[in-house]
Amino acid sequence: MALNWFRFAAPASFYPIAGRLVPVFWVLTAVLLLVGLYWGFFETPDRLGGSNPQKEYYRIIFIHVPAAWMSMWLYVVMVGWAAIGLVFNTRLSFMMANAVAPTGAIFTFLALWTGSFWGRPSWGTYWDWDPRLTTELILFFMYIGYIALHSAIDDTRRADRAAALLAIVGLVMVPLIFWSINCPDPSQCAALHQRSNLTQIEGNILFAMLMVALAFWMYSFATTLMRLRSIILTREAENTWVRDLVSKGGRP
Amino acid sequence: MKARQKRMIFVGLAVLGVGAASALALSALNSNIAYFFSPSQVLANEAPPGHVFRLGGLVTPGTMTREEDGLTVKFDVTDNAETVTVAYTGILPDLFSEGQGVVTKGRLGNDGIFYAEEVLAKHDEEYMPPEVADTLQTAHASGVGESVSASSIPGASN
Repeated sequence: MALNWFRFAAPASFYPIAGRLVPVFWVLTAVLLLVGLYWGFFETPDRLGGSNPQKEYYRIIFIHVPAAWMSMWLYVVMVGWAAIGLVFNTRLSFMMANAVAPTGAIFTFLALWTGSFWGRPSWGTYWDWDPRLTTELILFFMYIGYIALHSAIDDTRRADRAAALLAIVGLVMVPLIFWSINCPDPSQCAALHQRSNLTQIEGNILFAMLMVALAFWMYSFATTLMRLRSIILTREAENTWVRDLVSKGGRP
Repeated sequence: MKARQKRMIFVGLAVLGVGAASALALSALNSNIAYFFSPSQVLANEAPPGHVFRLGGLVTPGTMTREEDGLTVKFDVTDNAETVTVAYTGILPDLFSEGQGVVTKGRLGNDGIFYAEEVLAKHDEEYMPPEVADTLQTAHASGVGESVSASSIPGASN
């Protein structure tokens, strides 16, 4: 069975598919987010104990950690589409990379913002030039740089290629963020941010965190596809299928 | 096809180069980042005298005292080899406690006391409710030595 994947790479055929997928992803987002937030607020301990005695504010991790995960993952996805676009010269791949960038930037900002709110009561500071905090901030600038570079160049095809190259160079930050604090010896870990270890997290806390992470992922699909649809319409505005669509009243 | 393969190699090389840069930066981060000085380094005069620098280590249990003004605290910071006394006026962060990691920013006085302007607490990766954390700690202690009673374990009561 030879399924021709390149058929879906045509913006005209992907536009209606994306339109049908968007509501599905919104429903999944809502359900997962409700479960995750309910669990996070009502089924988890009110305070932590042992060597990490945080109070109620530890619940920020239900937003903070999923947002930080998505900020890194969406960058990898964005670079993936940009690289495919560079190699195969497919229009839709570049549009995909373009559509992912703002959602990634929002999650990066959310991770930095919530982390800052959490850092003040627990560490004693809103911000510190710790390796992980610094590299995450640079990742935010990479997203902003990608969006800015793309919109600064008028010729879309040139803008696509230039921004794609910038995105690939920025990929250097993702492993840095991930491994900057997971060094084996804690006394050598010259950082404020803690190491992460999913086996050291109580089951209910972990469950709520994973539910919100899935919800954020579905949210990323929903917003990216919505943005993709408007990018397709803008870029293909001169094509006959878009004109037909508009004359039919916008329904695919 | 030729051009596409060329582009593929080009993108592949770019990703490889980026990976190499990442690996180099990581090894640099792990080996020689001067985020703070340890008490041993301070006593060996490796820290810049008269300048603001960071001192990091563990708070020695039982050394925290509060001055009569109610705001100034003194505690010892150790790297299990040397110890420096730190004086700080202000509100301590929530996760500050004896036996835990701390990073302080300030100057070393002529009296050998480190006068901190800022005290930052470190936390760890354990996210457990108090009861579970206590049980784990007690179980660990009884596994390590049968003669150690649970009540004498530091931190078991918090």
